[in-house]
Amino acid sequence: MSPESKNGIPNVPDKWLVTTSPHVRSPETVSQIMWTVVLALLPACVAGLVVFGWYAGLIMAIGVLSAMASEAVVQRVMRRPVTVSDGSAAVTGLLLALCLPADCSWYVPVVGSFVAIFIGKQVFGGLGRNYFNPALIGRAFLQFAFPDQLSMSKWKMLMRKPLLESLAGNIFNVGSGPVAEAMSAATPLATIKPPFPHGEMAADITPLEAVGRSLHNTAEDPWDVVRDLGLGNIPGCIGEVSKLALLLGGLILIANRYVNWRLPLAYILTAVTVALLLPVKSGGEWYGLWAGQWNVVGQLAVIHLLSGGLFLGAFYMITDMVTSPTTGRGQVIYGIAAGVLVALIRVYGGYPEGVCYSILLVNAGRLLIEKYSVPRVFGTSSGKA
Amino acid sequence: MHLGLPTFRGGTHPPEMKELSRDLPVEVLPVPELLACSLSQGIGAPARPVVGVGEEVRRGQLIAEAGGFVSAALHAPTSGKVRSIGECPHPVGLRANAIFIEPDGADEWHPDARQELGEEAALALDAKEIVSKVQAAGIVGMGGAAFPTHVKLSPPPDKKIDTVILNGCECEPYLTADYRVMLERPGEIVKGLRLLVKAVGASRGIIGVEANKPEAHERLLREVRGVEGLSCRMVAVKYPQGAEKQLIKALLNREVPSGGLPMDAGALVQNVGTSVAVWEAVASGRPLTERVVTVSGECVERPGNLLCRIGVTLGDLLAARGVRAGARRLISGGPMMGLAQWNPEVPVMKGTSGLLVLDEPAPPEHVACINCGKCVEGCPAHLMPNRLSTMGERRNWEAMMDWNVLDCIECGVCTYQCPAKRPIVHWIKQGKNELRLLKIRAEAEKKKKEAPEGVPAE
Repeated sequence: MSPESKNGIPNVPDKWLVTTSPHVRSPETVSQIMWTVVLALLPACVAGLVVFGWYAGLIMAIGVLSAMASEAVVQRVMRRPVTVSDGSAAVTGLLLALCLPADCSWYVPVVGSFVAIFIGKQVFGGLGRNYFNPALIGRAFLQFAFPDQLSMSKWKMLMRKPLLESLAGNIFNVGSGPVAEAMSAATPLATIKPPFPHGEMAADITPLEAVGRSLHNTAEDPWDVVRDLGLGNIPGCIGEVSKLALLLGGLILIANRYVNWRLPLAYILTAVTVALLLPVKSGGEWYGLWAGQWNVVGQLAVIHLLSGGLFLGAFYMITDMVTSPTTGRGQVIYGIAAGVLVALIRVYGGYPEGVCYSILLVNAGRLLIEKYSVPRVFGTSSGKA
Repeated sequence: MHLGLPTFRGGTHPPEMKELSRDLPVEVLPVPELLACSLSQGIGAPARPVVGVGEEVRRGQLIAEAGGFVSAALHAPTSGKVRSIGECPHPVGLRANAIFIEPDGADEWHPDARQELGEEAALALDAKEIVSKVQAAGIVGMGGAAFPTHVKLSPPPDKKIDTVILNGCECEPYLTADYRVMLERPGEIVKGLRLLVKAVGASRGIIGVEANKPEAHERLLREVRGVEGLSCRMVAVKYPQGAEKQLIKALLNREVPSGGLPMDAGALVQNVGTSVAVWEAVASGRPLTERVVTVSGECVERPGNLLCRIGVTLGDLLAARGVRAGARRLISGGPMMGLAQWNPEVPVMKGTSGLLVLDEPAPPEHVACINCGKCVEGCPAHLMPNRLSTMGERRNWEAMMDWNVLDCIECGVCTYQCPAKRPIVHWIKQGKNELRLLKIRAEAEKKKKEAPEGVPAE
């Protein structure tokens, strides 16, 4: 580059750079999106730490680091450019750790992360080319590999103080940590799992009372149970318990337009509504909606809404950009389809919770749903010509 | 911010960057030592020279006649001598013939180009006379596409145009030429609009101005007040609000049918600058020999809006306004749809709205599509740019056809927004071109087959 070109204009380069339009680009990058997702997961991580203690933090750290290491190793072996810094492996590792129990062995997230990255992602060609959510591939694998550690009906529950109180306890009174109060309890979804009657779910008590009893062995004010479900003072896996924290992170994603609010809403509403609509019997009698027991219906709605992995799945997993449809209508159809599956598994299936499998199943139908939901092309009466 | 204002579905809002030049009044660029008047000013057949080398010409004199109906006449931008007729670089990157004129400094008008009619007489002309004067003046669309205006004003009898829309959106970042024209010559814009409405037998004329230009809106509103059938409306600030089809959608809530023209939706869209040119041509007999060009960008010493003659080179503009250290890219037009230039000898055309001097961006290396859907949400043509981009990457051109690639208006929203930095528009343009070649080849094959045996096909 010469300071003075032949036609005498200073600073005109010898050669101009020719690029194709548009000549300006938005500053947003893939890694910015991925690290924002990690940021949006931080409230759930903090809640997991508060509820389950420091060992949960270790599981999360192992999940993230082993996913990043797996990505680097697999990419090196496959002779692909190493793209660990784009943050997508960190998201996968963190999401996987968040759907593990707080007392699982250290090697569980390591194995899960490797399977998630290798089989869930790199085998398909890497970020953007996978058909299934990598974290859920890892989670589904662990379900079969370590059935004892990932029992879905009994989970570790380390304390039973309200969230704020325990947070204060953790910060100001490190010595007498929450581990002392560790116990294992049936999850709310396991408690209300048909067919009835079983365990706590006797004929003469309401669902919220049953959940309260299974959590604390005392019959409490139903509103205390609702509060525990919302704040996360319940048994479950590390990242799923605090609905408040998950909602906060979900709003961050929606505000950044990384998540279209219609998809989580369609998923959650469908899952809850269909779970209530599915006919269930208790001791040979119709139960809930089909028996006109409106109080029971309302309580079941709250428990279905605030239990299990529904929020974690709705805001962070089904909304995974790579594996969800890009069309607005397609996202709603996708959310509804997955919601129906959640309800079927929760009410009739072999497990109390169905978020993981519901999302993996609709992942497989993503391209089909997208194909039949293409927008109407401007100036035409139909979509695809 | 712009809730409730008329608009279209999709689009984006890149940083406007208009503050660099929006408050700078139009300045006149002195006539340089040589002008290169390209015979291919816009869409259509090149013009045919009617002057010889060495001939003396005066400003406004016809120097090349239209090369067909879809073609525009060309006039001398100043007085002087025809130095040569030959090849000249063209903004699309190829070469085209041009008439090179050496100005004599007198800048004298040709008598044919000075036929003052007066306002009343001009507004009293009938449609046919208006169209013929527009045609004689060599006017083309000045928003960028440079389609001959008289062709747009001559729709087939079965196409009824009820509304003329003047495009004052100027939605491309950086550009402020239209804005300055709206501020400085609102009266002529509106008088031009009255002529256009009459020329196509429309019942109303609407000026659409983006809401980020309230002063322009106000001035035009003052001019249209009291004129029957005319109005001036604000539209949402959103790129590409100034794209013809999207502006029609916003103002009339009509969609131009796929593959059709605005006239198929009963509308005619002209740029505000074109309207001024129409008024000058009809009322004063003055052909189109100059236009306002925004010279801007981070690497321009003194950005501005310059009234310059058709045929000054990009180099002349750079010399006049100065280039800053770090300049690496030269863009003719706006940053979203403009063309990168490599040769500063390219002349300003009738459709050149701006010249941008930009620095070198970090080369956006693209990665695999992560299916974020921003392109699908933003596409004003309601296409699936994500799908088109993977097809283009794999050179699967025929599949692009099934995904309506021909409906793409190449506005660049998808590519601007893409976090994976994929050159989607580039692949789409390439795809369209490849499909055109495939079609030509298929037609040739068909002809060969249909030809009787033993007769060699041509």
